[in-house]
Amino acid sequence: MSSLSAKIQDIFVEPACEKNRRKDAGARKKGCSKPQTPGAAAGGCAFDGAKVVLQPITDVAHLVHGPLACEGNSWDNRGTASSGPTLWRTSFTTDLTELDIIMGQSERKLFHALRQIKEAYAPPAIFVYATCVTELIGDDIQAVCKRAAEKFGLPVVPINAPGFVGSKNLGNKLAGEALLDHVIGTIEPDDVGPHDINILGEFNLSGEYWLIRPLLDRLGVRVRACIPGDARYREVACSHRARAAMLVCSTALINLARKMEERWQIPFFEGSFYGIAATSEALRRIAELLVKRGADAQILDRTDTLIAEEEAIAWKRLEVYRPRLKGKRVLINSGGVKSWSLVHALMEIGMEIVGTSVKKSTAGDKERIKQVLKDDHRMFESMAPRELYTMLSEHKADIMLSGGRTQFIALKAKTPWLDINQERHHPYAGYDGMVELVRQIDLAIHNPIWSEVREPAPWEIDSHAEEQPSAHTLTEAAGVAPSKTRRHDVGDFAEC
Amino acid sequence: MVHVYPQTKSATVNPLKSSQPLGAALAFLGVEGAVPLFHGSQGCTSFALVLCVRHFKETVPLQTTAMDELATVVGGAGHLEEAILNLKERANPRLIGICTTALAETRSEDFARQIANIKMMRAEESGTEIVLANTPDFDGALEEGWSKAVAAMIERITRRGQQARRSKKATVIERIREPGEQPLKPKKLAILPGWHLTVADIEHLREMVESFGLKPVILPDLSGSLDGTVPDRWMPVTYGGTSVEDIQELGTAVQCIGVGEHMRRPAELLQKLTGVPYILFQSLTGVRNVDRFVSLLSEISGVPVPAKIHRCRSQLQDALLDGHLHFAGKKIAIAAEPDQLYQLATFFTGLGAEIVAAVTTTGTSEILQKVPAESIQIGDLGDFEKLAGGADLLVTHSHGRQAAERLGIPLLRVGFPAFDRLGSQHKLTILYRGTRDMIFEAANIFQANQHTPSPEMVDALRKRSNAG
Ligand code: SF4
Repeated sequence: MSSLSAKIQDIFVEPACEKNRRKDAGARKKGCSKPQTPGAAAGGCAFDGAKVVLQPITDVAHLVHGPLACEGNSWDNRGTASSGPTLWRTSFTTDLTELDIIMGQSERKLFHALRQIKEAYAPPAIFVYATCVTELIGDDIQAVCKRAAEKFGLPVVPINAPGFVGSKNLGNKLAGEALLDHVIGTIEPDDVGPHDINILGEFNLSGEYWLIRPLLDRLGVRVRACIPGDARYREVACSHRARAAMLVCSTALINLARKMEERWQIPFFEGSFYGIAATSEALRRIAELLVKRGADAQILDRTDTLIAEEEAIAWKRLEVYRPRLKGKRVLINSGGVKSWSLVHALMEIGMEIVGTSVKKSTAGDKERIKQVLKDDHRMFESMAPRELYTMLSEHKADIMLSGGRTQFIALKAKTPWLDINQERHHPYAGYDGMVELVRQIDLAIHNPIWSEVREPAPWEIDSHAEEQPSAHTLTEAAGVAPSKTRRHDVGDFAEC
Repeated sequence: MVHVYPQTKSATVNPLKSSQPLGAALAFLGVEGAVPLFHGSQGCTSFALVLCVRHFKETVPLQTTAMDELATVVGGAGHLEEAILNLKERANPRLIGICTTALAETRSEDFARQIANIKMMRAEESGTEIVLANTPDFDGALEEGWSKAVAAMIERITRRGQQARRSKKATVIERIREPGEQPLKPKKLAILPGWHLTVADIEHLREMVESFGLKPVILPDLSGSLDGTVPDRWMPVTYGGTSVEDIQELGTAVQCIGVGEHMRRPAELLQKLTGVPYILFQSLTGVRNVDRFVSLLSEISGVPVPAKIHRCRSQLQDALLDGHLHFAGKKIAIAAEPDQLYQLATFFTGLGAEIVAAVTTTGTSEILQKVPAESIQIGDLGDFEKLAGGADLLVTHSHGRQAAERLGIPLLRVGFPAFDRLGSQHKLTILYRGTRDMIFEAANIFQANQHTPSPEMVDALRKRSNAG
């Protein structure tokens, strides 16, 4: 436990985190995750966060050490994609019973479980996740992993992020730490080159990394490791030999990026592949970093040419949607895909942004959103479900872009909705991804069902007008007024 | 004698179970104005919530006491109290259903006493029932969680000893009733459905009972709260389901009917507390089971079986005639919790199919001995995948999709979770009509996967090895 607390402290003082830079030493030590309010809490645990980050490593067996709930209620629930191995989708858990716990047999069960997996699947590595109960009863997972690794002759990596230590975000970071401690740098590649990069924090949701990769191929850039999207254990283990790195979901793996810079001199920048301008900027910065590290400067020209070509194609394809989407009001309520450049692109084709959440945006991101929006009233940290429901049922937005958790708030308020989080079915990264996103927005807004679900039954209309106040007043009475007096619970429906 | 093989592996591969507290939460969701509250760390709740939302495609109220690192050391009482008070203030629910998780239970605290303290200290805040179900994740699955929650609600909320009073009153009224007078209040029937009944099942059950002039009180009743209707305002609690008043008055029923072996415990408890006798239906699928149920309703109500129901029965008979051609000799592999396993296995064998693999979550249920299979494996979907090779149909929840893909065998999705199909809650699985619908669904899968005859296939029949 003490080494775990040290790890967590270490993350809290992370110097590359810009929120931290603004705090004094005392405030930093307290950590970033606000304590949750019992009875008004939301969001996943640290274990959840760690697994989110590591599970997309496709050829590893991921073994969850704990009672059933941690794994049993959550497996095979993400939209990341693999171009090869499927082992990552197989769920492994020690499924501890009362007897295992009372008899103190959980460590032994873990060891046997490791043997069983090694024998049945022969994976290149096994990751073992601690959970609340195993931490509480004091299982020494680290020691069991070590013994199993020696005995069975394969890397067995302890992931020490039991749920109760904190939020999903903290778990993301603890996962990065585990990779640093046990995986990265453990294999020396024999094929290093001047154009090798790492992409950190790209999850390959709906295969969108595969929309980016061809662009990099055309520039002659090789991705040494994309962590974690569609990664193999070996790639991650060799990733310390990349020349430069791009950090995609900045809050999740910033400690990993910075420590890789510190240990192996791999410079990195924070960027995004969501939106046209952001994609271009990211490509340009990759090229610049590589040149700085000694690559041929020609790559800069190649990048400019590619950007000019791709941007022209994308904007031309988007033109079609301008007349259809002009003036339509978008509400963006997501911590995941939220870059300024998404806002920028939507406004560019004539859409109006009525609100955008900035809960997980960096200060730089916020600044740029502010510039694009020209005011900051439309930025919000998070919205309570009732508030959100009221806003949507009063038709203050034509579409909401968000994640699965708030899906049914939009749909029950009879408002078009599009998933832009982990469970989405369409890839939205890069130039083609942006066009796809706009196409999906268009399809959602113009779906013929909307008039049918909003119209009351014909026999309801007359009696309604005579006997009752209008539907609108009803909503006002029931929904809006109380919501004003209601305490807003930050994070009621927060998401990553 | 069915041979039940225990689990011997150390690593569970692709779990079949959903957790016990989730089962309890589902039961609490069937009560009007309720919020289930997980006592544990926030992550468990988040996973359960996401899974429920993916299954029901609805917003689901579910809260957590958000135990943090400190609480795991010094105890969770403070968090429990704070959570209850916060919920009370924010949503003022009629019922808070506490489901303890493994983390809270590993500390073995005395939750019942804690809750009593909280209640006493805040006596002025009446109007919210607080019910506790002890449901650690390291034990049981949905069945146990659901059953414990229903029992806990009866224990806590139902008024004691009303059966006696009711029957006295009823006899008095009956005696003085004259022809042409106001009809009697309809007789009340308490129904305790198992977790595996769908929203459509509950609705259908209610209609059936009402068609005999009886008044059903169904606990829990997911048909009011998770039925896919669109409420006209935002609700932080369930917006339908059994009312707390109805739970209080359960003792005034003339008869209680439990559906599924796991409802025996709550039914017995109701009988003990109120004197309402119970009858348990281990399954309500298949002609004979439904016949027995319908006869019972007719007997209790004194009303002859309505023509409409008789019609449903003939439709089912017709479906059996058409369907059995597709079922006969088919090899079926089922992975489900005990009661659902029994319901499905008897359904399939009832049409001439054979159960070649049966996997379930626990060995403690009495019903297992009645499952028409040679053996049952306690285990996971990893076991299921190994045993099911060569089957014509896999029957389990959505997580069976990986096995189905790898084995190349079609999958019939049943139970929880069903996250990759729409309308799972609107599928009927019980009574005449539900049995009929299930025949159609399975037969259609068989037909869709029929292979056109080839010389090789025909050739296989000529081998006389299994003629003897
Ligand atoms: S909070 Fe703890 S017990 Fe719950 S899912 Fe997370 S790790 Fe598992």
